[in-house]
Amino acid sequence: MIPAGRRIWGLMYRHIALYRRSWPRLLELAYWPTLQMCIWGFTASFFAGRTGSAAAVTIGGLLGAVLLWEVALRSQMGVAISFLEEIWSRNLGHVFVSPLRPWELVAALIAMSILRTLAGVLPAVLLAWLLYAFNMFSLGPALILFTINLMVMGWWVSLGVVSLILRHGAGAEALAWSVLFGITPFAAVFYPVSILPPYLQPVALALPAAHVFEGMRAVLAGSAFPWGELAAASGLNLLWLAAATLLFARQFHAARVRGALLSIGE
Amino acid sequence: MDAITVEALTKRYGDTLAVDNIAFAVAPGATIGLLGGNGAGKTTTISMLLGLLVPTAGRITVLGHDMATDRFAALARMNFSSPYVALPHRLTVGENLRVYAHLYNIRHTERRIAELADQLNLGALLNRPAGELSAGQKTRVALAKSLINRPDVLLLDEPTASLDPDTGDLVRTWLERYRAESGCAILLASHNMAEVERLCDHVLMMKQGRIVDRGSPADLLERYGRDTLEAVFLDIARGTGEAA
Repeated sequence: MIPAGRRIWGLMYRHIALYRRSWPRLLELAYWPTLQMCIWGFTASFFAGRTGSAAAVTIGGLLGAVLLWEVALRSQMGVAISFLEEIWSRNLGHVFVSPLRPWELVAALIAMSILRTLAGVLPAVLLAWLLYAFNMFSLGPALILFTINLMVMGWWVSLGVVSLILRHGAGAEALAWSVLFGITPFAAVFYPVSILPPYLQPVALALPAAHVFEGMRAVLAGSAFPWGELAAASGLNLLWLAAATLLFARQFHAARVRGALLSIGE
Repeated sequence: MDAITVEALTKRYGDTLAVDNIAFAVAPGATIGLLGGNGAGKTTTISMLLGLLVPTAGRITVLGHDMATDRFAALARMNFSSPYVALPHRLTVGENLRVYAHLYNIRHTERRIAELADQLNLGALLNRPAGELSAGQKTRVALAKSLINRPDVLLLDEPTASLDPDTGDLVRTWLERYRAESGCAILLASHNMAEVERLCDHVLMMKQGRIVDRGSPADLLERYGRDTLEAVFLDIARGTGEAA
């Protein structure tokens, strides 16, 4: 294995070993997505019963939205919480005096985010199929493209959160759980962008998630594949990812100037 | 070529001058003691040597690599131990050492861990979570971590703090042996004067961010007319004595 790959694996191994020894952490991964699926599944069933022929689309739209939004949430938390684990264990000093490059740290956190997302969302996908006969994979190849875009969105949001933790210390750690929930109203997860007041629509359209969910609803309604929405989501993700990477690099350097890497948990 | 070269090193936090224009060198195979009271600038100096902290001014070269531009090449051949930086508590000792073997790209990981376990008497601890160890056991594990890559430069921040005399002696003996076998350069920050007298070839006395005196332990004892390094330390810290 090349040295960079070995170092990335080293940090992943540290987190995998942690999960192997901590069943509450494993349970927490799947707990919230599964709970969300149950609540929204029954809510959708209730409303679908009153809307007659639109029932399948209503249930499909809501359950698809719940599952795909969980992808973004788990992906974002996967990076941010893995970074926080290093702070909580007061291990950052050892990590940053090893030859691990900052980009390798980010790569390891992203790899852990993928594993955490799979462990968190797949049980909910299975439950949606068992309880509501909703097959997430009926979205076809679009599912993969939507999922990738939402995961990338989770990563750049979490890079922003990690940057704030580097800047403000543990005081900013609550953002690791809450920041994407704050974005939810503007992300058009459960309703189209057109529902939002006109002055908020530009905010929604600046978020890749809004384009993903508009695309998802189009696919579920049987419309043509929404290449335009996909291109918009991908382009926005590239822009936001570049901005978040720049912010992370600047805050990492600033933390080295302030001497915050050793005292960040305080 | 010196293992560590420090030139005109300065670190300023706002109005506070934490390290003030210090310079020193550490030859391969030498052990240099960094002494001073709390807030003298020892940990700040070590943090800059490790690349954790960016100096305000000055230059650090480790094993021929400029730490401002090429720190990762140096970090692969350095290591560090401090009781104030922990290892993940839930991971076992073996898992922790495996993590760092990967981070330092160590070949034959399991063989290296077995060697260290044998040398530092860690065999019975390898499958125990790091968080369940006593202070002395944790220090031995931290030392094993700091030696996992057979470093050419080792930075130790109070390596025997809170250890009982027996464990402290074991650690010092092991450091002497490792230095003799490997030619490793060691920079040791410690408040234990007996330890410094035993291990160090040369001592840097720091006060308020500056190196206020330097020399071998024997030179310092003679210059200050004292019997112990602790008395010399107190003279310098309190400003009560003067070198002859």
